[in-house]
Amino acid sequence: MNTFIGDVGHLSVIVAFVAAIVATYAYYQAARGRALGDAEPAWLRLARGAFFVHGAAVVAVIVSLFGIIYGHRYEYYYAWSHSSNHLPVYYMISCFWEGQEGSFLLWIFWHVLLGGIIIRFNRQWEAPVMAVFAGVQLFLTSMILGVVVLNVKIGSSPFILLRDFLTDAPVFRLNPNFIPKDGTGLNPLLQNYWMVIHPPTLFLGFALTLVPFAFAIAGLWKNELTKWVKPAITWSLVGGAVLGVGIMMGAYWAYETLNFGGYWNWDPVENAVYIPWLVLVAGLHALVLWQRRRTGLRTAFVLVITTFLLILYATFLTRSGVLGNASVHSFTDLGLSGQLLIYLGAFVVLAIALLVVKWKTIPVSEKELTTYNPELWVFVGATVLCLGAFQVLVTTSIPVYNAFLGFIGIKSNLALPADQIAHYTKFQLWMGVAVALVSGIAQLMWWQRNDKETVSNAFTVPGILTLLGAALVILLVRFFGLKMSPTYIVLLTTGMFGVLANLSMILVLLKRRVSLSGGAVAHIGIALMLLGVLASAGYSNIISQNSSGLVYSKDFPEDINRDNVLLWRNEAAPMKDYDVTYTGQYLDVPGVPGYVNKDLLFRTDDEYKALARGDVKRGDRVYYKAGDTLEIRPEDTYYRVEYKNRKSGEAFTLYPRAQVNEEMGGLLASPDIKQFLSHDIYSHISTVPDPSKEKEWSEVKEHQLSVGDTIYLNDYFAVLRAIEPAQKSATAGLGLGPKDVAIQGDIIVHGEKKQYHVHPVFVVRNNLIGRVPDEVEDLGLRVSFNNVDPNTKKFTFGVSTTQKDYIILKAVEKPFINLLWSGTLLMALGFGIALVQRSRENRKPSAKPVAAARKRPVQVA
Amino acid sequence: MKKSHLLILAVIAVAISILVTTAGDVSQYVSFKEARELAAEGNAAKVHVVGRLPRDPQKNIMGLEYNPTLDPNYFAFTLVDTNRLAQRVVYFNPKPQDFDKSEQVVITGSMRNDVFVADKILLKCPSKYVEKDIKGATAMR
Repeated sequence: MNTFIGDVGHLSVIVAFVAAIVATYAYYQAARGRALGDAEPAWLRLARGAFFVHGAAVVAVIVSLFGIIYGHRYEYYYAWSHSSNHLPVYYMISCFWEGQEGSFLLWIFWHVLLGGIIIRFNRQWEAPVMAVFAGVQLFLTSMILGVVVLNVKIGSSPFILLRDFLTDAPVFRLNPNFIPKDGTGLNPLLQNYWMVIHPPTLFLGFALTLVPFAFAIAGLWKNELTKWVKPAITWSLVGGAVLGVGIMMGAYWAYETLNFGGYWNWDPVENAVYIPWLVLVAGLHALVLWQRRRTGLRTAFVLVITTFLLILYATFLTRSGVLGNASVHSFTDLGLSGQLLIYLGAFVVLAIALLVVKWKTIPVSEKELTTYNPELWVFVGATVLCLGAFQVLVTTSIPVYNAFLGFIGIKSNLALPADQIAHYTKFQLWMGVAVALVSGIAQLMWWQRNDKETVSNAFTVPGILTLLGAALVILLVRFFGLKMSPTYIVLLTTGMFGVLANLSMILVLLKRRVSLSGGAVAHIGIALMLLGVLASAGYSNIISQNSSGLVYSKDFPEDINRDNVLLWRNEAAPMKDYDVTYTGQYLDVPGVPGYVNKDLLFRTDDEYKALARGDVKRGDRVYYKAGDTLEIRPEDTYYRVEYKNRKSGEAFTLYPRAQVNEEMGGLLASPDIKQFLSHDIYSHISTVPDPSKEKEWSEVKEHQLSVGDTIYLNDYFAVLRAIEPAQKSATAGLGLGPKDVAIQGDIIVHGEKKQYHVHPVFVVRNNLIGRVPDEVEDLGLRVSFNNVDPNTKKFTFGVSTTQKDYIILKAVEKPFINLLWSGTLLMALGFGIALVQRSRENRKPSAKPVAAARKRPVQVA
Repeated sequence: MKKSHLLILAVIAVAISILVTTAGDVSQYVSFKEARELAAEGNAAKVHVVGRLPRDPQKNIMGLEYNPTLDPNYFAFTLVDTNRLAQRVVYFNPKPQDFDKSEQVVITGSMRNDVFVADKILLKCPSKYVEKDIKGATAMR
């Protein structure tokens, strides 16, 4: 029992919290009543010192917590509930942020880092911006404080001891110093490399939204209503890229690991991040509008501030437990809802009040925008993004309405739409259409002076190409016998316009300067993503449709999809263009490429060890010899499924995974995906025979055989080839002495595809007879070596049979899903190019001073 | 009228239509009695029903029907809603593996003739994410 490391950690949390309070107050005092860049030096020194102490304390907290996980200190609840002895180091990192407290810590850490960068490089803005930063840190560290003040619990400490958490567990009454030997382990779905890198990316994205927000607040506070835009654009670009990529990483993880059959499920947890990203991107456009064209400043203020408030709202949604039944993967409720509400409320009130007070002083443009102004189209685009965000917000918040109505005493039984995908698609599809269209229009007009002639010149080529391309695709779709609804045709056409219009702009910009093309590249990425979604979701094709199932009731109209197929082991079944065969269960053996057949492994009492029954080799290289002990990962079973295309003869093998997990309830299946350039074949296990139930064996039938005799076993032709000394691997666990005897029968069974050697063992130890039966899972056969008659040289074998092994499989074809992933990369590249361009401009001396714009009551959009 | 005013009007119109459509799509948590009434009225809208699985004295769930070797896509069970009304439910998918352990079940779907056809099953398992028991808590150290 080591309470020291936990005490260090907990103390560091308290230090971090107190230092955040000091830093907030001192930065506030340093900035108060003074112009930007003229902070009060004494207060500033104190504030900087406090923030430094805060940062150091945060690092100490992280080191302590990781030390607890890494050292398998199961006296701590966090290690016990998120980790286990057999977890590789890289997954220990994901344990760190599996829990709420750890993910808060990650977020806090990014803020510390970003705060440090601002202190170092934005001296002028330091005091007011860091006052906001430190204020946010104050709230965040309070979430992991774990201190009880006046009977109110503030925050949930990650350093709580197991015995303090499970106060009712009887074992602690017997022995308060009890330490479990192993932890309960990391959620198996999170044991994936994406879970090592997706959460830090996402939380960095979260943290990055604070920077433009803090600059906006500082600008309002210090009456620097235009200067904040420049740093805010840079940080918004970084934030947009990181958050966008982070979201898509989560989508890719879901595609690869979960088995709902796609990458996006409109789960509230996904939506909670998607909403602020849309608003962030809209805000970025408004910032650029001000920077380049001196319009849209008020919109920029509103959107930048809203983005951060939406991040806080997302935090409230996913961490307060308000989602309840509505989400499958929100965090556990730690009873922090009150604290989270105060956090959200404080910033909403503060930010909005400040904005309202300063609203009239924010400069607006006098220009009246016409359809020939690209600015108008950028506005339209930003508005579309905001409306899209608004729509997702309205639906995602349904559980919040229930909670709120319940709070004021009205019983409400609203539920999320029964068909969420149809619900969201019907709006988001049109948002996609508008985004693709407007991004093309605005980009074509942005770089030129527009009148009737130049506009029609610019639009002719991409317009014609779009119509030709769309017509071609529609014809091809028809040619392959698929339907295309008018809605899909519209999305296809606008998506192609988005690609081609932006592409034609890039070709023009190549002559001027490539680094100006960031926007166009990102827009192409988005348009490609839309086309990828259209193809992969709109035309996803279930190839495992079952036609053989019994029709239980004739009353039902046959609009019900029977999407799963039962595959008997080693029996090929036709599925659309493929012949599919399930050929056995495999395990992951660290160090050996691919997977190893379970039939090759003799399991031992130690779950994580097995003996090789034959050579484990890949090609010519032998990794383990027969009889060697090897390490295995027993949690995951991989089901080998062979696909063969009847037309093209092309064949491939997939290993969908399933994990029997009692704590998570039953079977966790993850798909395996075969990626082709034009489509993916995605398949996952739906059910296997219940592994927790003992197999039911038929009654044992005895056969007396001599060497060379033939018999039929479970309808398979078999020969008793020889009686021989038993293999070491089969008897290793029996502890045989030198005088003991072990022999085995070698029975060759001719299966459908190959021959099997069955080796039942007969043992005489200390004059006692023992038998080790052998089982062929492929054939549902078990043979035991029952007796030896030395006089007649006849041997008695007992044979029993069971139902053959099977899996139930679902397989889906996803056309052109690669467009989605490559679109994501292009989008990120576009953000990157724009960042490079911006840093080049920033190095040049600043441009001409901002022309004072006159106030006007109504601002455009 | 200025373009900006037009744009604002358009935004308001779209926002209102989003709200109206969402209100139309919102589903409800209902009892089986209400679900039957809705179906009798010819309303095929999908609803959510919360219920429990009936168990015999040995804690085995009663009335489960799943025979994958006959039809892997047919799973039927009985659900008892919060008003203690039992209803036969059919789910044209494989049986969820953790079904036997769940305490509370939320289904979405609608009544068709005498059975409730579910298209989604959400299971609430005891302590799905919060660990409450220590396994093997006999080994003292």
